[in-house]
Amino acid sequence: MAKYEARSEVTGSVWMVVCAVGQQLDPGDTVMVIESMKMEIPVIAEDGGVVMEILVTKGTSVTEGQLVALLEGK
Amino acid sequence: MLNKVVVANRGAVAARVLRTLNQLDVRSVAVYSDADAHAPYLALAGETFHIGASPARESYLNEDALLEVLRVSHADGLHPGYGFLSENHRFAQRVQDAGACFVGPSPRWIEAMGHKTRARDLAAQHGLPVGPGTGVLLKDPQAMLSAAEEIGYPVLVKPAAGGGGIGMMSVHKPEELAAAVERAASLAERGFANAEVYLERLVERPRHVEIQVLGDKEGTVRHLFERDCSVQRRHQKIIEEAPGPGIARDLVEPLAMHVAAVLGTMGYDNIGTVEMLMGPDGRFSFLEMNTRLQVEHGVTEEITGIDLVAAQLRSAAGQSLSEILPKRVTRSGHAIQARVYAEDPKRFFPSPGTLKVFRPPQREGIRVETGYREGQDVTPHYDPLLAKVIARGTTRQAAIGRLIEALEAFEIQGVKNNVPALVWILQSDEFRSGRVHTGLAPEVLARM
Repeated sequence: MAKYEARSEVTGSVWMVVCAVGQQLDPGDTVMVIESMKMEIPVIAEDGGVVMEILVTKGTSVTEGQLVALLEGK
Repeated sequence: MLNKVVVANRGAVAARVLRTLNQLDVRSVAVYSDADAHAPYLALAGETFHIGASPARESYLNEDALLEVLRVSHADGLHPGYGFLSENHRFAQRVQDAGACFVGPSPRWIEAMGHKTRARDLAAQHGLPVGPGTGVLLKDPQAMLSAAEEIGYPVLVKPAAGGGGIGMMSVHKPEELAAAVERAASLAERGFANAEVYLERLVERPRHVEIQVLGDKEGTVRHLFERDCSVQRRHQKIIEEAPGPGIARDLVEPLAMHVAAVLGTMGYDNIGTVEMLMGPDGRFSFLEMNTRLQVEHGVTEEITGIDLVAAQLRSAAGQSLSEILPKRVTRSGHAIQARVYAEDPKRFFPSPGTLKVFRPPQREGIRVETGYREGQDVTPHYDPLLAKVIARGTTRQAAIGRLIEALEAFEIQGVKNNVPALVWILQSDEFRSGRVHTGLAPEVLARM
């Protein structure tokens, strides 16, 4: 089982979490959307996997590179 | 003239408006959010007021807080800048109801032009060229498909209440239409609190050419030539210039006269910009009208020598165009503006942070508009504009050369910035030749 760490690519705040713990995501699916400077930047599950933990909620401030969710791959 | 004006904005435009108020000896009031408490331009204002927390909806979009500042400062005018509440007709009306002058066109104009399909209809009724498009789309998928069929693919789905490229989707095949409409509507609902969308014919590789106009309360409207703003990323302008390169003067000047005449008949009464698309065939079509000062107004000021903020304030205060503008507005030379953003130059992702080093270039023929200074934080709350660098030259090539040198001399550390991308575009054969179009930036940057 490969662990996958989903990280925010930008500093901003969580606009919307679009997955739930236990959900199976396909490669390329969106985990959540970060809002920064009037832009929405998705956090992508590049390899897909099952969402194990979501570490932030709507409105949480995040910094570039911050871990926001944990996934487990096949 | 007005006695005291509240500048209901932040950053580069707040600095810009305060500068002109000081030159005109009009007393000024600046406002700030938590994030902007140390902004350098606050020192230019006679009075300053804290209006709320950093998120825009709690400060720069907080109508009650701004009206309270108007009341306690006894100001008789409010300048909205651009963005935020500048095109909110209800807010403009509230400012007027409070007995002050809203520095912009009357609320009915902001309302009429704020809805894109109504603006298109208005433009068409008055004989401005308008490309094929629909009214607000109905929910019926079949009606949607036949509307798109009638216009002809590719089509562009656009929010009716929108602007700034938000929620725009291009559709090349009928089977993509429903999903694009749904996504555009959801972005529009969230961005503009209005889910209405419509379709326009997608013009491939168009130029974005806009006409600057100024009107007075007597219904006189004159134009101040055009700007070309074709160089865009994510449907947002990054390089703007005046005059438009390679456009026949006998094509664009009659168009500008026509636009001014039409708006004059309709009684347009302050500053405004009519945005047009120019197709590869040289034909213009109406895109939308912005009822406010534009981010790129500076290039027009540089070639005409006219202070557009002063002109706008004078018109709002009731002066006539014959007092505000010279008998004949002339232009000389060429001006180009580059927007310096705190963003990754390749992926365009925003990059907030602290400006450890921030030294704008100071040299002949270069003007810099900024709301930042060294040591200040660039927060994630507002748009990523750090500065506008405007170069002037006797020729376009001279202006390009100066702009490149100035950008290369701009010292910025602490946030990623798009200066390398701007320089790369300015140096490209495509840009230098003047054969600009809205797809130029992505095409040229793909080679970077």
